[in-house]
Amino acid sequence: MAAQSTEATIREYLLREFLEGEDPSELEDDTPLISSGILDSIATLKLVSFLEESFGITLAPHEADEEYLGSIASMAKLVREKLGSA
Amino acid sequence: MLHRYLAEAARRSPDRDAVVEPGAGKLSYAQLDALSDRVRDRLVQLGVRPGDRVGLWIPKSIDSVATLLGVLKCGAAYVPVDPTAPAERGGYILANCEVAAIVVEERFAAPLRTALGAFAAKPGWLVLPRTGGGAGLAAALDAADESAPAPAVATHASSPGDLAYILYTSGSTGKPKGVMLSHRAAIAFVEWCAATFEPRADDRFSSHAPFHFDLSIFDLYVPQTCGAAVVLVSEERGKEPVGLAQLIADERITIWYSAPSILTMLVQYGKLATHDYAALRMIFFAGEVFPVVHLRALSQLLPRPRYLNLYGPTETNVCTHYEVVLPVPDERSEPYPIGKVCAHLHGLVVDADGRPVAQGAEGELVIRGDNLLDGYWNLPERTAEAFLETQGARWYRTGDLVVEEPDGNLRYVGRRDRMVKRRGYRVELGEIEACLYRHPDVLEAAVIAKQDPAAGVKIEAHLATREGKRLGLVAVKQFCSQHLPVYMVPDTVKSHEQLPKTSTDKIDYQRLAKPE
Repeated sequence: MAAQSTEATIREYLLREFLEGEDPSELEDDTPLISSGILDSIATLKLVSFLEESFGITLAPHEADEEYLGSIASMAKLVREKLGSA
Repeated sequence: MLHRYLAEAARRSPDRDAVVEPGAGKLSYAQLDALSDRVRDRLVQLGVRPGDRVGLWIPKSIDSVATLLGVLKCGAAYVPVDPTAPAERGGYILANCEVAAIVVEERFAAPLRTALGAFAAKPGWLVLPRTGGGAGLAAALDAADESAPAPAVATHASSPGDLAYILYTSGSTGKPKGVMLSHRAAIAFVEWCAATFEPRADDRFSSHAPFHFDLSIFDLYVPQTCGAAVVLVSEERGKEPVGLAQLIADERITIWYSAPSILTMLVQYGKLATHDYAALRMIFFAGEVFPVVHLRALSQLLPRPRYLNLYGPTETNVCTHYEVVLPVPDERSEPYPIGKVCAHLHGLVVDADGRPVAQGAEGELVIRGDNLLDGYWNLPERTAEAFLETQGARWYRTGDLVVEEPDGNLRYVGRRDRMVKRRGYRVELGEIEACLYRHPDVLEAAVIAKQDPAAGVKIEAHLATREGKRLGLVAVKQFCSQHLPVYMVPDTVKSHEQLPKTSTDKIDYQRLAKPE
């Protein structure tokens, strides 16, 4: 099985955990997640745990905000940077 | 009156820490008194008079604490607005209670002016370039003094019946409603807290709840009764469990008060075991049911402090209390009771007709005493509905259904209306429906709450749309978050051709609530 892209892994998680029943095509890589109310503060904590466990990275407290977690694209970028510099 | 606590603390212990803002600074009682005097003088210069309202749109900070105390010193009532909620909602609140002045941080001023529309020209404005440590407020006062000096005026000697603050909560008809609380009500609560829990001058209270939330009354004023300090937890820090746990330890918090969901968050994500909380001696929680599984976990990590469950709607502040005796038994899953009615208040459990029920039967809890609200701002009908006249007195109907246990403790059973609690916040499902109806594609909307063992309460929106247009969860969340605070945004959406109806052609909520 081909490795799934970082974006696809995150998208699947978001749909499963926070967007029950939503059509996957409605969640795009640049869909705003925090300003749009899709992720509240508790959801953000769960997401951080998921990112840390799935990708084997650690997020600093200041990274758990809109700049880094505001969209699938920005999360994937953060994950890649962390993995690249590891 | 309520601001007398500050005056007396400033006289008795001028050099003790009054308010601490981690990372930004702290003020002694004398300094806090002086800064709030300057706010008073400036607000009077801006035209604020006794009996007026003053809106606050500033993040939690020393600046906001000094501002609300300054408002009280004018004889006015403060109206704190959630700085994280949409400007439209805050604008509605400030225009609704016709504030005479608005104190706002500069970055929020433009969206607020837009939201206020024509009303924006009416109040006086005090715009803070920034907030944190009181410096932004001082800078704004300095700048205002340069263009128009504000002569020192006397602090207003408020009467017990004067309004001290208005706290807006979710309203079932689609607009937030303002709960009016008098000095008498605030003081009755603060005095009961001081007498019952005996805080000390060396205590360090947390201030986690935002100032538009009634938990803040405890955090702000109970420390002042004994010259203790309050440590402010910013909106950002309050949501970040690792940093929050660190703050509780570093700041040597002795008295913690928050919604249970915050404590649950600390247990699950806060890495609590990595710090020492030796100073912590009381943990208060209120606002919603604390799931026993999380309370047990917390008390195992932190076995030393006392655990106190406080209960009461904004309209009464705290009206019952219960102390949890540790350890929490392994087999217990039922939530702890809300306890007994506070000594200075009276409670009754009544049926739908307002008659007391037999001991042990389910009924609505009604409360009377000095803690009670005056009414809802400019909503005489809602105010009339909120009270029950019986036994020659006026009782506030909490809307909460309870049962009195044989030992005299009250057990919470549920609601008699469509209000639910989420993370301690009140959510009227009708307010979410009113928001959904504003969407151009929505024909019918019904919102229900489902109990979820993990999430507490899940909010489910049922929609029928125009020409069957698809309105997915992402779109609904985006739309709602423009109009509602984030804790009111639905968790799921279900589409229908049309919503199920009862025989009288009303939306059939019971059918919607049935598991599929």
